[in-house]
Amino acid sequence: MRLLLGSLFALAVAAVVGLGATYLALTRGAAFGALSIGSWTAWPKTGTVEADPYARAEISRSGRLPIALGDGVSFTAQADDNGKLLDGRCDVILSGVTPAARYWTLSLYNMNGELVANSVSRYGFTSQEIVRNADGSFEIAVGPRANSGNWLPTGGVERYGLVLRFYDTAVGVSTRAGREVPMPSVSTRSCP
Amino acid sequence: MIRWLLLFLGGALLGGIVHLTTVIIMPRTATQDAYSRLARIAPVNTVTALPLPTPESAPMPFMDSAFASAVCRYDLSQGPLKLTVPVSLAYTSVSFYTPYDVAYYAINDRAAGRRIIELELMTAEQHNQLPEDEDITAADRLIVESPTLTGLIAIRALAPDPGLMPMAQGSIAGARCEQQGEPKPSR
Repeated sequence: MRLLLGSLFALAVAAVVGLGATYLALTRGAAFGALSIGSWTAWPKTGTVEADPYARAEISRSGRLPIALGDGVSFTAQADDNGKLLDGRCDVILSGVTPAARYWTLSLYNMNGELVANSVSRYGFTSQEIVRNADGSFEIAVGPRANSGNWLPTGGVERYGLVLRFYDTAVGVSTRAGREVPMPSVSTRSCP
Repeated sequence: MIRWLLLFLGGALLGGIVHLTTVIIMPRTATQDAYSRLARIAPVNTVTALPLPTPESAPMPFMDSAFASAVCRYDLSQGPLKLTVPVSLAYTSVSFYTPYDVAYYAINDRAAGRRIIELELMTAEQHNQLPEDEDITAADRLIVESPTLTGLIAIRALAPDPGLMPMAQGSIAGARCEQQGEPKPSR
């Protein structure tokens, strides 16, 4: 009886620890080789055959097709520069410059990776659409209310993620173009 | 007390094994990964245009809404595949994935350096069977080796602004992936 009880206890611990660790690893992004610049994080290796088992498991769980490294690199931001999670009811400002790439696109998704419905059917920007300052820098207002200039609507969702994809770029490919590359800052201006 | 502590430690150790096993097995058992989703809508060895993602529906999560895209789900068991993709005005790329959604190769319009991206996809074995002289003379032939017999080719063209989307979709519509049959020495 004691043996049975003991074995059941050990097996229960194994199930909780094992499945819990897997769940946490796949939802929090535990793949190796993360490249973090400000609020932005990329996993360049995820788009290659060198993707580690965590990256492979995360890809198949999410259902997305990762960008191949020869195509581009994708940076994700879930929080602003102060670590505050992005909130679709607040006004968030992206400002600065981007690393050299032939094109880049910015997209906004909810936590399931779906586009967010909004009144103007705008789901993102490309590098050619953006209105820039004279020095080439830009500012994008991400928020629920219409804004002059570059406005990316959030549709008022509670949480969202921003994905900045660079196409035909050296970022992530060569180690030189690593942490020194400039990325736009992310700051929350006002919250209702 | 000691007994329970040991049982706990043993359980935790076993948990570590459970964790590693589930992580490694995940890609092989997933039914909602990109390849499985696309397998339902894309026939084998032909190009299928994907609908643009909208908030209501999308073929896959996290699709870039600025791109027109198409896929060719391939099966090389009957011989190599020939892929031709006309290049759009902005940016066109072709990426290759295994059935477990691992990207093993990608090429874009600038790397291809022509108005059309043209390449042949084959397994390493089929590549080795190519007649040697043919391999050498055709220096401009681009041959991609697939590590797996089946897989996925993603063809994507950028629309730099929404008004150019029809143009991007039009260029994607001209993409072809076709079975070549067993490579035979011509001439």
